[in-house]
Amino acid sequence: MTTRTRIDWNNVVQDVVDMRGEDHTALIPILQDIQRSHGHVPREAQNAIAIALDVSQARVAEVISFYSFLTEEPQGQYIFRLCQTISCEMDGKDEVASALERALGIAFGETSEDGLFSLEYTNCIGMCDQPPAMLVNDDAFGGLTPQSVQDIVADYRRKGEER
Amino acid sequence: MKTNEEVREQEEARDVGTLVRVTINGREYRARRGATILEICQENGIPVPTLCAHDDLTSAGVCRICSVEIEGSWALQTACTMEVHDPGMVINTHSPRVRQARRAILELLLAEHCGDCYTCAASGTCELQEIADDYGIRELPYERREPRFEPDDTGPSIYRDMNKCIQCRRCIRTCDDIQSVGALGVFARGPEAHISTFADMPLGDVVCTNCGQCITHCPTGALREVDHTPEVWKALEDPDKHVVIQTAPAPRAAMGECFDLPPGTSVTGRMNTAMRDLGFDRIFDTNFTADLTIMEEGTELLLRLKAALVDGDTSMKLPQITSCSPGWIKYMEHFYPDMLDHLSTCKSPQQMFGALMKTYYAEEQGIDPESIVTVSLMPCTAKKFESDRPEMVDSGHKDVDYVLTTRELAQMIREAGIPLPILEETSFDEPFGDASGAGLIFGATGGVMEAALRTAYEIVTGREVPFDNLNIEPCRGLEGIKMASVKLEGVVEEWSFLEGAELKFAIAHGLANAQTVMEMLRDGELDDLHFIEIMACPGGCLGGGGQPMPVNDEIRRARATAIYSEDEDLPLRKSHENPHVAYVYEKFLTDGPCGHKSHDLLHTHYTPRGRELK
Ligand code: SF4
Ligand code: SF4
Ligand code: SF4
Repeated sequence: MTTRTRIDWNNVVQDVVDMRGEDHTALIPILQDIQRSHGHVPREAQNAIAIALDVSQARVAEVISFYSFLTEEPQGQYIFRLCQTISCEMDGKDEVASALERALGIAFGETSEDGLFSLEYTNCIGMCDQPPAMLVNDDAFGGLTPQSVQDIVADYRRKGEER
Repeated sequence: MKTNEEVREQEEARDVGTLVRVTINGREYRARRGATILEICQENGIPVPTLCAHDDLTSAGVCRICSVEIEGSWALQTACTMEVHDPGMVINTHSPRVRQARRAILELLLAEHCGDCYTCAASGTCELQEIADDYGIRELPYERREPRFEPDDTGPSIYRDMNKCIQCRRCIRTCDDIQSVGALGVFARGPEAHISTFADMPLGDVVCTNCGQCITHCPTGALREVDHTPEVWKALEDPDKHVVIQTAPAPRAAMGECFDLPPGTSVTGRMNTAMRDLGFDRIFDTNFTADLTIMEEGTELLLRLKAALVDGDTSMKLPQITSCSPGWIKYMEHFYPDMLDHLSTCKSPQQMFGALMKTYYAEEQGIDPESIVTVSLMPCTAKKFESDRPEMVDSGHKDVDYVLTTRELAQMIREAGIPLPILEETSFDEPFGDASGAGLIFGATGGVMEAALRTAYEIVTGREVPFDNLNIEPCRGLEGIKMASVKLEGVVEEWSFLEGAELKFAIAHGLANAQTVMEMLRDGELDDLHFIEIMACPGGCLGGGGQPMPVNDEIRRARATAIYSEDEDLPLRKSHENPHVAYVYEKFLTDGPCGHKSHDLLHTHYTPRGRELK
């Protein structure tokens, strides 16, 4: 992700629409596909999706703005989502949060310059038995400590740099 | 144990629409099964406050201000969504719990609401203000939220100030369901949620028709028209300007509502007096150019028919579609840019008037067109956009300088302290004084078609349209899409190729209905039609986005009745019999309808826009 070539979003959208169909009910799967493959659904793509599905651009954009797993802005290759709901909040979330910011070198809501990491909060991820917990893309981690967070980040940094 | 009565009622109740017994506030009522509690309360005169509900829209249940208590139900229910099914429902609309809940909802709404009633265009018609007043809200228990939004004042027609928005979503449902445009949406969630456009673009830059239906369906002052009154006041105050106003047919049927007269009160003559008192130099009737439109558009239709039926020329598209509704035109340009050649090339009556004002009228009266300011009174916000279109300068000047909505002129009349309801009636000024009833009914859905038929039929057959008292009933009423036909028999020599032909036409109002018609046309289902009338707003211009609020079908029908009865009382009922129109063709547009000069001044072209947003 460090070097970005210009993406032809019309083609990206067309390929996904060919697979998912042109019915407006295909909107969410289409958005998920593009989010997964490209890390975000920029306005250019939203515009093309609207026209392909014959819905308004506003409809596409409001769906993206509603779901936190869909984003308009490019995201890092690894998205760290720390749970901010009660069990985690009560059991050390704040220390883990600071440790994450230090280890990743970015604040919550930011993406690292090399495009490797994004950091954000999430609401409950169903791991209230192992607080504090977080997701890194689709991987779940529980019982976090400032120390374990450092190791996890180092792991992903290595993976990312190998790619 | 159920009593026999209850068992019988329950059996009856299986069919929607049968009557069931309900108790509201301790009194018994018979209610239609399947009706909402809100409908039952309204039918029986029991006040229930509403904000997100509107007669034109399906229930959303988002504002919760209509909460009521139902015996046996733990939570309060929203009256607008809760239907009555089982007999014996016991409802309370003003129990302490209900009142407390509504007050809490209201206080929270108001804590989020940034606006001062005394600087707000909605003051007096605002539903939020009215409920706050009913509840006697004198102070707020919460700290008020800081304004979050920059108002959008960049558009040609619509002004948006989302700081006043209560997120009832009526504008969104209107734009989606009535207009099929989808310019608006709800973005983000929770405390960040807000109504906006794609990428927060100015409304003037997205796919929006400027129809203003979002305004007439908004309960607050969050949406209003772009205000032209300061410019008009300035022109009126300038002694060197000759300020003329043309008035469309729909405002006169609704203006009275701004002065507490019942809907359906026609105030034509009183409004003329009020405009004179405001200082307009001449008061003209847009119906005059509506008559002219019929001459041009009717001739265009006959030419298209001749091209298709006699010359086998397929470049002239049929059916011809009307072009007098600028919201509709912009809709076509966005959604059907490949079908623009179905549109009549005629300008709208407003723009024809403007073009004539600064040419023919200026010449006739010996006035320098530079010093003429043309104002138009319209039921419509899209007319503001239309007057700003870059091509609308065929007179060599901006053809129409300013457009006032019915609401804006009412505002000016109030500011001047002119007592409209008790004014004496005066007529329009010459040389455009008399217009026909055919021009007048342009204000209602079906009116352009009816006016065109009164003229076209007579031109082709030499006889009046075969309808009782010239009232072409199949063109009238609020049905979304109307289709009908008239058989042409005993035609005159010149039009002999039309002998025995069945002139088929369709009428649609509201852009969702227009879309249905256009899809049918695209699919080849309407190939046998000759003429289609489309108006962007529900009910036609009389339900336009610049008309007084509130609006619903009952009010639209009342306004339509005012227009049709005024038509029936006029001595002149057909556009081609308007002597002033004949005079203009004799003296000025000398090569006749659709001739060179009228092509230069009275016809236009369209811009394919598509739906792509940059
Ligand atoms: S929207 Fe209504 S309540 Fe708000 S300032 Fe305007 S009139 Fe007052
Ligand atoms: S003006 Fe008409 S098209 Fe534009 S947002 Fe309002 S309702 Fe939609
Ligand atoms: S702009 Fe008006 S109609 Fe739209 S959500 Fe806000 S208050 Fe409701």
